[in-house]
Amino acid sequence: MTQGLDQIFVTFQHWAVAHSPAAVQPAVSIVLPVAGILILFPSLFAITTVLERKGLARIQNRYGPNRVGPYGWLQPVADAVKSLTKEDIVPRTADKLVHFLAPVLLVTVVFLEYAVIPVGRNMVLADMNSGVLFFFAAGAATEMSVFMAGWSSRNKYSLLGAMRAVAQMISYEAPLILSSIAVVMAAGSLSTVTIVEKQAGYSGFWPHWYVLTPWGLAGFVLFAIAMTAESNRSPFDLPEGESEIIAGYFTEYSGFKFALFFLGEYLEMFAVSGMAVTLFLGGWAAPFSFLTWIPSWIWFLGKVMTLIAVFIWVRGTLPRLRMDQLMNFAWKFMLPMTLMVIFSAGLWKFLPSGVLRWLICAAPIALLYVVLGRVLQSERRIEKRVYRYAE
Amino acid sequence: MTAPFVILAVVTIGGAVAAMTLRKLVHCALALAVCFVGLAGLYLDLNAQFVGLVQVLVYVGAVVILIVFAILLTRHDELPAQTNRTRVAGLGVSAVVFALLAWAVTAGGAQMGAAVAAPEAAMKDIGGALMQKYVLPLEVVGLLLTAALIGAVVIAMEEKKKAR
Repeated sequence: MTQGLDQIFVTFQHWAVAHSPAAVQPAVSIVLPVAGILILFPSLFAITTVLERKGLARIQNRYGPNRVGPYGWLQPVADAVKSLTKEDIVPRTADKLVHFLAPVLLVTVVFLEYAVIPVGRNMVLADMNSGVLFFFAAGAATEMSVFMAGWSSRNKYSLLGAMRAVAQMISYEAPLILSSIAVVMAAGSLSTVTIVEKQAGYSGFWPHWYVLTPWGLAGFVLFAIAMTAESNRSPFDLPEGESEIIAGYFTEYSGFKFALFFLGEYLEMFAVSGMAVTLFLGGWAAPFSFLTWIPSWIWFLGKVMTLIAVFIWVRGTLPRLRMDQLMNFAWKFMLPMTLMVIFSAGLWKFLPSGVLRWLICAAPIALLYVVLGRVLQSERRIEKRVYRYAE
Repeated sequence: MTAPFVILAVVTIGGAVAAMTLRKLVHCALALAVCFVGLAGLYLDLNAQFVGLVQVLVYVGAVVILIVFAILLTRHDELPAQTNRTRVAGLGVSAVVFALLAWAVTAGGAQMGAAVAAPEAAMKDIGGALMQKYVLPLEVVGLLLTAALIGAVVIAMEEKKKAR
C-alpha cells in the first residue's frame, strides 16, 4: 500500500507507456514527467501567491485577500484572468524583439532547472552525471533574461534595476556554488540522485542529512541566504525596490508578460528551494525512520513548502538592504565563510566519527564567524549621515 | 550528420554571423550568447557534459554578462562608424587562421583514428585529473587569475582617488 502510493506516479507513467502504441512510447515516457512538472509547479505557484499574501498580511496586522471564493482561495484564478485580459503595452522606443524574448527566456530557463531535481523516489526527469552543474548553468542564463528585460525597455529605472540585479546575482552566485561544493565533496558526485542516496539511512531514528553536520548546517544557512539573493527575494529585492526604482527591470511590462516574470521568479524560488532540499535536507527522504511510510514526494514538497514559508516570513520581517551593504555582505562575509565550510567538509571526510570530529569541524567555522563579525563591525563607522547631493 | 548536429550548427553559425553583422552592440552581445549556447549544445551532443555545462556557466553566465556590463558602463548611443579600411588585411589574417586550423584538424584527425566510446564516469575522471595530476597547473592558473583580479581592482581604486 505505502509502496504503491510512494510510486504511484512512476507506476502511472509505466502504465501509460505500456498502453500507448510502440511508435510513440519514447515520446510518451518523456512528455509525461515534463507535463507533471509543468502542472505541479505552476499550481504550487498559484497556491503560494495566496499563502504569501495572507501570511504577509498577518505579519502586517491586516487580513489579506479574502473576497474571491471561500477565504479568498480563488484569488489566483482572478489574478490569472486579469493578467490575461489586460492590455499588453510595449513602449514605443522599446526594442520589441528583445522585450518580448526576455520573459519567455526566463520561464524557459527556470523550467530547465527542474530537470535534475529529484521530486521523489525514482522521480527525476534526467539523472545526469553532472546534475548540480546543469542546475547552476541553467540558472546562469536567468541573468541574461533580467538584463534583456531591463535594457530593452528603454527606461532608466528598468536599466538601473537590471544592473542591480545582474551585479547582485553574479555576487551571490559565488557563495551559492561554493556552499554546494561542500556537499558535492562529501557525496563524491555531482548527480542529484546520488547526493540524495548518500544521505539515505538512519542512525536509530536520526537521518544522515548533511544539514546535521557542522559544515552542513553552516553551508545550508549560507546556501539559503545566497538563494534568497539569487531569486531576488526580500531582503535582497533591490532590483525591484518599488520605493526606489518603481519595479526595476520589469517596470515596462504589463499583462501576461508581467505575469510571466512573476511566475519565473516564483519558479526560480521553488527550484532553488528544491536544490537546497536535495543538497542539505536529504531530498525526498523522511526526517525520521518511523515516518518512512509517508510517500517520498509528499516529503519533498513538504520540505520545499517549509523553506518557502521561511522565505515569506523573512520577507515580512527584514527591511531591504542597501547596495553597498549587499556587496560587502557577499564578498567580505559570505565568500570567506563558504571557503571555510569547504575546508571543514574536507576535515569531516578524513576524521574518524565521534564527538571530537563534530567539535573539530565546527571550531574553524565558529572562529571565522566571530573574527569576521568583529573585523567587519570595527570597520563600520557610525557617524552623522552626510548627503552628497541632496543638501 | 545527425539532426541535432545540424540544428546546433545552424544556431551556432547563425549566432556568430549575427554577432558580427548586427549594428547595436547589445544585440551583438546577445547574439554571441546564442552562439555560445549553440557551442555548448554541440559539446553536450558529443557527450562532453562537463565542457558543455561549463561553457554555459562561464561564457553565457559570466563572459557575455561582463561584455554587456562593459557596454552599459561605457554607453555611447551613437553608432560607431564602421570603416573597414583594413578589409584586405582582415581577409588575409582570417584566411591564414582558417588554413592553420583546417590543417591542424585534418592532420590531427588521422592520428585520432576511430572515435572512442564516451566513458561513463567522465565527470569523476575530470575531477580526479584536475585534483591529482594537474593540480599544480590548476593552482598556478588560479593564482594568476587572482593576481589579475586584484590588479584590476587596484587600477580602478586609483582612478577613484583622482576623481575626488
